[in-house]
Amino acid sequence: MSIFDTSLLRLAGVGRDGPVAEAVTARSKIIEMTQAAEDAVLRPKDFGAFGHDLRSALAARVARLAGDEALAAHHGAAAGQYAALADPASDGAEQELSVILAFVDKAANQTRDIAGADISGLQAAGFADADIVRLCELVAFLAYQLRVISGLRLMNGAAA
Amino acid sequence: MSRVIHKFTRNVPHWQPRVTPVNLAEATQDQLDALQVTPSNTKVSDYVLTLAHDVESLSVRSPLFNAIMYDRGGMSRAERELSALAASMVNRCIYCAAVHADRHAKLEKDTSVTDELFAKGEKADLGPRDRAIFDFARKAAEAPPTAGPEDMQALRDAGLSDAEILDLILSAALFGWANRLMHVLGDPVRQEVQA
Repeated sequence: MSIFDTSLLRLAGVGRDGPVAEAVTARSKIIEMTQAAEDAVLRPKDFGAFGHDLRSALAARVARLAGDEALAAHHGAAAGQYAALADPASDGAEQELSVILAFVDKAANQTRDIAGADISGLQAAGFADADIVRLCELVAFLAYQLRVISGLRLMNGAAA
Repeated sequence: MSRVIHKFTRNVPHWQPRVTPVNLAEATQDQLDALQVTPSNTKVSDYVLTLAHDVESLSVRSPLFNAIMYDRGGMSRAERELSALAASMVNRCIYCAAVHADRHAKLEKDTSVTDELFAKGEKADLGPRDRAIFDFARKAAEAPPTAGPEDMQALRDAGLSDAEILDLILSAALFGWANRLMHVLGDPVRQEVQA
């Protein structure tokens, strides 16, 4: 796969002939590893308590809360039965996932306010430590992905 | 006993996980591979053992982290540390801020920039290039990110090349990731000697 076909550069609108092409080509290893990270976090073989469709729905929700509709659509396309959770207005009660959605929203957007009680709350709700780490990796990767995309769009615009 | 710390410092604290890390004696082969445990290297931090619960993510994250922070060319190592520090201050990851402020000070052989940032936060008195880098990284780390065209222009005005700007975007974003592991999954603590 060419780096210009990765989710990152497609969603950022960075093309082969564009103003940012030279800079991203010099960092092609990082662009390729970012795609590998998306695959590992969104579509892992050992998915634990969070199937690929639920992961995609949560990713779409994080993207939408950050105002990135293109990234939300990218992840939302694989959300299947959980598609409704990508809407920030959904509290997840119907799917019995309200604890998860509240944690995802806080870890994504009020990161500094996360405290021990947020993790013990997940443990009390029955989530295994391995699943808590998996959920954090998902939210954390999305924070990275959406910020690289937003930075590249700015760079692309400014260089044009 | 240990005490959780809440103030920014360059004196790197101990990191205490909020979940139980993987027990190295019970680790699977995939986990051992990701941890790069060898007979001569059996010391693994609690942080990495915690992340080993999600071995597929850990395996791709470690080389990506190293590439963004240490690969040659582009923005200087110290400036990548400044970018990491800006994000860590936004997210109040005390542990990450300590590690990267300490690295910045050591690379620059100068503590004045990080002293100033810890004393005055975003109102710190910085040189024009550090100012542009810090402001961009800080705004990129906000949720949602608030960096705009004027911040990009400030980077160009401060003399950053495209290669440097890309490294700044990558390092600031990387700490959006790192902070959400370190600050969320554990506490920065000082071990206190029993009286």
